[in-house]
Amino acid sequence: MPPTLSSADFLTSWSAVLLYFVAAVGFVAGGLIFWWVIRPSRITAEKLTTYECGEEPIGGAWVQFNVRFYVFALVFLVFDVEAVFLLPWAVVFRELGAIAFLEGLFFIAVLAIGLAYVWRKGDLAWVRLDDRVSP
Amino acid sequence: MDALLRLFSLIPGWDQNVPAWASISLAGLLAAGLCLGFISLGPVGYVYVERKLAGFMQDRLGPMRVGPWGLLQTIADTIKLLFKEAIFPAAVNRPLFVVAPCLVVIGAFMGFAVLPFSPTWQGTDLDVGAFYVIAIGSLSTVGLIMAGWASNNKYALFGAMRSAAQIVSYEIPAVMSLIVVVMIAGSLSLQQIVAAQAGGLHNWFLWKFFPLNVIAFLVFFTATLAECNRTPFDIPEAESELVAGFHTEYSGFFFAMFFLAEYTEMFVASAMVSVLFLGGFAAPLPVLQTVAGFDIGPVWLIAKAWALVFVHMWLRWTLPRLRVDQLMHVAWKVLLPIALFLIVVIGGLLTAPATAGGFPWDPWFGWPLTALLCGYLMLTALRAWRWHARQVREAVA
Repeated sequence: MPPTLSSADFLTSWSAVLLYFVAAVGFVAGGLIFWWVIRPSRITAEKLTTYECGEEPIGGAWVQFNVRFYVFALVFLVFDVEAVFLLPWAVVFRELGAIAFLEGLFFIAVLAIGLAYVWRKGDLAWVRLDDRVSP
Repeated sequence: MDALLRLFSLIPGWDQNVPAWASISLAGLLAAGLCLGFISLGPVGYVYVERKLAGFMQDRLGPMRVGPWGLLQTIADTIKLLFKEAIFPAAVNRPLFVVAPCLVVIGAFMGFAVLPFSPTWQGTDLDVGAFYVIAIGSLSTVGLIMAGWASNNKYALFGAMRSAAQIVSYEIPAVMSLIVVVMIAGSLSLQQIVAAQAGGLHNWFLWKFFPLNVIAFLVFFTATLAECNRTPFDIPEAESELVAGFHTEYSGFFFAMFFLAEYTEMFVASAMVSVLFLGGFAAPLPVLQTVAGFDIGPVWLIAKAWALVFVHMWLRWTLPRLRVDQLMHVAWKVLLPIALFLIVVIGGLLTAPATAGGFPWDPWFGWPLTALLCGYLMLTALRAWRWHARQVREAVA
């Protein structure tokens, strides 16, 4: 009887993921080494400047700037965790019957209210009302 | 991998003499090698097709100079990229600068480990396969942010921030519409999701609960399109405003790696869409599943995925780019409420005994609508072709 992965235990069925990862790392490393061997190298100081369409760059890019994304990241986190909880529920809720469905509904409702709140607060707009410069 | 293991055991004495771990390792590496060959040769074709399509859609000819009809153009481009020097600008953070493209490629490729090409041609049938694809696909985001930040270039940083905002936002509608499919199939294993759709076109999840699942399909397709950073969602690398976005500072093979990753991601995303909604490796007619006794599941999956990749390219030359605020609007205020609504409604329908197996009219809508859609597409393609031929004739005359 040949070993099969579909009927195997947890670790064996995940071994393919590890093997694919090893192969991918090998592929990337091989490509980079091949490129390193065949590529020319005639570096000058001008080539090493940061590219800003020909302008002299002023300062680096590692500065503090307004990350619009902060609130989105928080909301994302809430909904991503929701998804993680909903996925196992989605797999089994039919076997558990109407009660399980109603509980899932309640869970979704709480998050829907959360979404409505964030929406109403204007945090889902990329340019928020209180950020706009008044004329 | 199971197919390879079965092939090995055909060799006399293999199972007795080779330990299971060696057998599995060899099969895994071989399977991964096959997939790597597929993804590294794929872009040569994709880029050529995309440039030709762009040409035809814009009433040009596309690449014509290198080889007959420009067939060798992408091969020449690949060789050119390999012979470019590596430029590490003085300001970059070198370790992260090198790791970033590797991470993007690996993240895009790892999805192949669970893509089911047939009941036996699959890396491994994880119990959480669908979840794994979504999770490992997000690894590329880390690579993109890393690339943008390590470049120490303002354009690159802007591109990376935009891509993070976009991918993270569109992940939610994608997962929510995935939940719809998981609820219907009752499993996260891709093999079982496909098995639930076997037996012909009318069983595809696309036509379940008609027309609710069509909406879920559109939400999922839009979200995956955005996660691939393709137009109309390509603001992370918007050429006209950000030079090249997060890969502004990359040259040569590094640059090629970002494109390899983009096309791989496109294929994996399209294959996922076809597994979840279009029956995966199941043929539209059960008769077409085997040819001369051989299961041609892989052909069906790749054909469906390529058809969707074509739609990606088609959209790229049809729709204008969305602005960043419109992008957020679509994700959070349009797609997410629709997806939540679908979860509630389809969950309710599945719980009710009368509709647990789908609407009574489900089997009757799939066939005629698919035929109509295919007919319309072929007619459109024919008309476009004839219009193009006439333009060429008039230009010559």
